[in-house]
Amino acid sequence: MAKELTAAQRVALARDPRRPSPEDYLHGLFTDFFEQRGDRLFGDDRSIVGGIARYHGRPVTVICTRKGKTLEEHLQAHFGMPEPEGYRKARRLMEQAEKFGRPIITFVDTPGAYPGLEAEERGQADAIAQNLARMSSLTVPFVAVICGEGGSGGALALSMGNRVLMLENAVYSVLSPEGFASILWKDSSRVEEACEVMKLTAQDLLELGVIDEIVPEPEELESLGTRLRIMDAALTKHLDAVVRLKDPARHRQEKFAAMGEAWIRGGKT
Amino acid sequence: MSQLFENRRARFLELRLRRKGSGVPFAPKPGMDPLFDKCPQCGQAVSKLDWQKTTGVCPNCGLHRPLTAYQRLYTLLDSGTFRELNPTLTGRDPLHFPGYKEKAAGLHSRTGLGEAVVTATGTMDGMSVVLAVMDSRFLMGSMGVAVGEKIARAARYAQKKKLPLIIFCASGGARMQEGILSLMQMAKTAAAIESFQKSGGLYISCLTNPTTGGVSASFAMLGDITLAEPRALIGFAGPRVIEQTIGQKLPEGFQRSEFLQEHGFVDAVVPRSEMRETLVRLLALHSKRR
Repeated sequence: MAKELTAAQRVALARDPRRPSPEDYLHGLFTDFFEQRGDRLFGDDRSIVGGIARYHGRPVTVICTRKGKTLEEHLQAHFGMPEPEGYRKARRLMEQAEKFGRPIITFVDTPGAYPGLEAEERGQADAIAQNLARMSSLTVPFVAVICGEGGSGGALALSMGNRVLMLENAVYSVLSPEGFASILWKDSSRVEEACEVMKLTAQDLLELGVIDEIVPEPEELESLGTRLRIMDAALTKHLDAVVRLKDPARHRQEKFAAMGEAWIRGGKT
Repeated sequence: MSQLFENRRARFLELRLRRKGSGVPFAPKPGMDPLFDKCPQCGQAVSKLDWQKTTGVCPNCGLHRPLTAYQRLYTLLDSGTFRELNPTLTGRDPLHFPGYKEKAAGLHSRTGLGEAVVTATGTMDGMSVVLAVMDSRFLMGSMGVAVGEKIARAARYAQKKKLPLIIFCASGGARMQEGILSLMQMAKTAAAIESFQKSGGLYISCLTNPTTGGVSASFAMLGDITLAEPRALIGFAGPRVIEQTIGQKLPEGFQRSEFLQEHGFVDAVVPRSEMRETLVRLLALHSKRR
């Protein structure tokens, strides 16, 4: 996509319902998908779909967020906002991938973790925290792809990959621009300004060292075939690279320990 | 040579702590009653001396007012053992956010804090520990790059020296002004804690009012043992956001320490007056000495 877009335009694109979903990549790029459901503790969250599949013949564990396509699915999945059960299911699948030596691939498009009463009761904070800790020490290679909205801790809880890729018009941020404007300026009408200030586009995040590569997007939103081809090439390249890592856990720990290093002053090491 | 300065600095801070010690949580503003300070919860007039004696706990209703990081350290560490880690480490302004640098500088000169967390070593009842204490006066105790880095370094230091780690959380969450890099500190701190715990280290997390957002969803919830001060607000999403989402009022006591304990996320709710002895007991239970 050659046109220069504003950050606010990219936020709109990232949220566009016509945009291919993580599940489209799952079904387009993987074969032999076997879905595994439930967290073995409380229930099965429909906003996260995961299981075993083959990627170019190799067994992998794939985990996707899911917003749903029909109204009923939207409601079931809280429009792609996972409950603690979703994160715990993801953790269960990741630990199983580790046990059987399968690489992990995640596709993330979520406005954030669901801010509901029951979600809090069942430990949303705990579920996310445990995922972060566990992802840092997984001994298998892990590639994460931010496909649309990378909303805060709810997105990070599935995205601590050895490589983090991001679609050209995806966004990834500490909070929604709406929330940002209303918290910092007490003025939710300044959303556009927030989009610019927050540095949430793929280009911004590449410069900040938060992601590793931008996956280009064709101009047409619905052009699934072209998108799949581009995604396939990027994913193959990065998966091949991380599979060769001697110690993926250590690589991940060092990668995330360095986040923001350039923005520290003082304090000897 | 630098060791000498470090010792001097520690000594100076120690003296300053003793002098200011466990004063009222906030310096009195002009026009405030010089002797009495009303409890913000029950409205009872409590003498400043009593606030000092109870370290900020209302003798009438039991409200636990916030403590500054240095006051908290003073209530916990053996006298003369305090040594601050990375005292000069601060953050910068990655988003060039309007007014952020000035605000941080102003808070620094008003509070003496370089950042929203103070990390230190010292002893408690003779047992060496690494402590990290957050201070909500500094931008709501929010976690930006510097806070994440200080927590991670404290965990690495504890791992290297094989010492227990105790963190007192008080934070509204990730620091908005540093954007996505603040979010990444959740990953950084969780990874550092995980590595520390896998090496056999003991991590005790103490949740105080408030512990929410990105801090609750990272290192705060990863304790081998999790303690909370009474009635502290603890949760991922803020109560207002939840009310807006579900369109109804939240029940009384929702997301308070006691609620979290009831739902299985907190080992014990410990009043401030018993915090030190509880921690000492837990440290002794994990200590190799008999």
